[in-house]
Amino acid sequence: MNIRHLGWAGAISVLMATTAYADGHATCGPEGQSIRILASDFPAIHAVVDAAEAACASSAAEFTRNHTTEARQIMNAALTPDPAEYTSVIVANSTLTQLMNDGLVRPLNDLVDKYGQNIPDNLKIDIDGNVMAIAFMANSQHLFSRTDILEQAGVSDVPATYDEMIAAAKAIREAGIMEYPIVMNMKTGWNVGESFNLVFLAHGGQFFKPGTAEPMVNSEAGVAALNTLKALVEYAHPDHLTQASNETQALWEAGEAALGIMWGSRGAAVLDDEGSTEEVTSNTVLSAAPSVEPGGVPGATLWWDGFTISTNVSDAEAEATFAALASALTPEMVAANNDDAVWLLEGFKPGAAAAGVSATAQGGAAPYPMLPQIGLLHNALGAELSDFLQGNESAEKALADVEAAYVTAAKEAGFLQ
Amino acid sequence: MKHRTFVWFILPSLAAMTLFIALPIVSVFIQSLFVGHEQVLVVSKSCGPFGCQESTAIDLEATEKLREEAPLGRFNGLGTYINRSHLAFAEIGVAWAETETFSEFWKVVGDLPFYRALAFTLVYTAIVTPVVILLGLAIALGVNALPKLLKGPSIFVSLLPFLVTPLVGSLILFWMVDGDGVIGATIQLIFNDPNLSLKASAALTWTMLIVYGIWHTLPFSFITFYAGLQTVPDDILEAAKVDGASKWERTLHVVVPHLMPLVSFVTLMLLMDNFRVFEPIVSFSAEAHARSLSWIIYNDLRESGNPLYGSAGATSMLTIIGVVILLAPVLIRTWRDFNRKAH
Repeated sequence: MNIRHLGWAGAISVLMATTAYADGHATCGPEGQSIRILASDFPAIHAVVDAAEAACASSAAEFTRNHTTEARQIMNAALTPDPAEYTSVIVANSTLTQLMNDGLVRPLNDLVDKYGQNIPDNLKIDIDGNVMAIAFMANSQHLFSRTDILEQAGVSDVPATYDEMIAAAKAIREAGIMEYPIVMNMKTGWNVGESFNLVFLAHGGQFFKPGTAEPMVNSEAGVAALNTLKALVEYAHPDHLTQASNETQALWEAGEAALGIMWGSRGAAVLDDEGSTEEVTSNTVLSAAPSVEPGGVPGATLWWDGFTISTNVSDAEAEATFAALASALTPEMVAANNDDAVWLLEGFKPGAAAAGVSATAQGGAAPYPMLPQIGLLHNALGAELSDFLQGNESAEKALADVEAAYVTAAKEAGFLQ
Repeated sequence: MKHRTFVWFILPSLAAMTLFIALPIVSVFIQSLFVGHEQVLVVSKSCGPFGCQESTAIDLEATEKLREEAPLGRFNGLGTYINRSHLAFAEIGVAWAETETFSEFWKVVGDLPFYRALAFTLVYTAIVTPVVILLGLAIALGVNALPKLLKGPSIFVSLLPFLVTPLVGSLILFWMVDGDGVIGATIQLIFNDPNLSLKASAALTWTMLIVYGIWHTLPFSFITFYAGLQTVPDDILEAAKVDGASKWERTLHVVVPHLMPLVSFVTLMLLMDNFRVFEPIVSFSAEAHARSLSWIIYNDLRESGNPLYGSAGATSMLTIIGVVILLAPVLIRTWRDFNRKAH
């Protein structure tokens, strides 16, 4: 059992722990302050901010919120001036680094001492002893399967490895059920880069030489990952390089796919009774992301979403914002929105929609790397891999291009000399 | 006009041009000469819901100090212009030395991000510009010959593509060419190939983008030429008719020469517009097959988390230079015409 298993075991035990939160009255911090929140736009985030607003808006002079899918694009600019446009940004692993690179979020240790008695240690995103964010939900990619179609094709078990997944896809095609049974988020750019990351980590790949910003993707693991990816997309629709989450979810709900690697956060939307047929929803099973060898590391990156507090706001505003958001993380909020996310909070009852993320995390999948230069490498992967996937160049050439593109960008950004 | 009056006359526009055109370009140019500070990395331990890990982080104090010493970053001269993401002199040198045939050499060059984008941008500009001018002229002549009652409605219909926001227009077309969309499904039916996809092949994607570009900019050239047609002097046309010129000859020898200054104008506008083609690439999710210079700038600024201003600045300057080179022949021609008329 490696350290990741231990970490997740800790998370699960906290999940299952039954110690009750201190009594339900929210403590809202200093009165008459302005609370301004920037966040992504999906139901779980709305639920948290709604709860904070319900609890503490009345004691604040102002409570504003901006939910936008563009949060990542505007947050650095919005937090740079003093005072910052927002007192808090709700971030994920990758976006936290983007803010920390510019020093735009403050350590929360003193606020945690004052208002965070109920926040378990594993939800404190701790970097060298400084708590930089408070996580509240988890997400990862994992496998979606249509058991009825697998059965029809003579496949009895839900695939657990990439080889099994490819064999199942082949069986489905040969049985004449579907020509393209696999869906994956392969849209050129961030998505194809992320799809590579999944398979790369499953192959035991490392992105950088430890402690440096020197890339290591042009490696055996990198080539193996690309070959696996290529074998998978043989069974994906020819348009796969234009498909991201919205498109893959639509294909799934339309019953046009039987095996998918998609985000856990789409699980609830796929399984609910909207946008699809009974046939699709009742036969969709969510399970761990496939691994290379049976029992190996699942090909996924674990993500958390959590809140941060801006550096460039007054201490009183920071305190009020932290208290409001911390007061939202209650079992009641979780109970009311149980299926909207895989909550890391007390009171969460993992349902069918959370099964995939839980299994992937328990299988020991790696978290998305929190490295300051990862965005540059991810972008290089997103831009350079489509040539290989279209069959225009070899895996080695594509990975050499990725490293060259990354090194050029990393030199400009000052990570490499 | 007296010199003094002339100065006062153009002062407002001169000031506005300096403020809104010249200064931003100078600023972009200066930024393109600098790269970011050295990032001081420290090894750190990060813990979260998924356990603890060795990690690296930026030493903010040390980086902040560097930033204060030199707010613009490190001076890099033209280094950004010649790196792999732009003109890639070093990579091209290696390719020249190591490849044996021209086709191999061009393959290597075509794989470099800047040249790859330049190739699409030039092909797009070279096809869309003349086609839009010729078709625009043809439609203008056609509409001009219509009975009065039909003119209004047909002008309105011809202008429609121009009224649609480029992003929305290309999204609509993108959905239509999908395998489940009306155009995509029809094409599959015609070629009897249920797997034919316009989005999966580079050649078809380029065609789709070019067709979209023509569809979208056609109204501009049409309405400009149509306006020009209203100024063709009737007496010259009458005279040509009396001299026995056919309709075709009248168009070719009277109407077209009359419209030449407008053709120059439309060419200028179209070259500038087409050279910075961008929206359809994003809307069509065509990045796998077609990238343009503007798309590279967008990608540098948006997709890497912390924006690469130097790189984006260098691509912007190269784009401006590209536009100037393309426009030069048209500008020289206009200048000569102007001088000829002045003397």
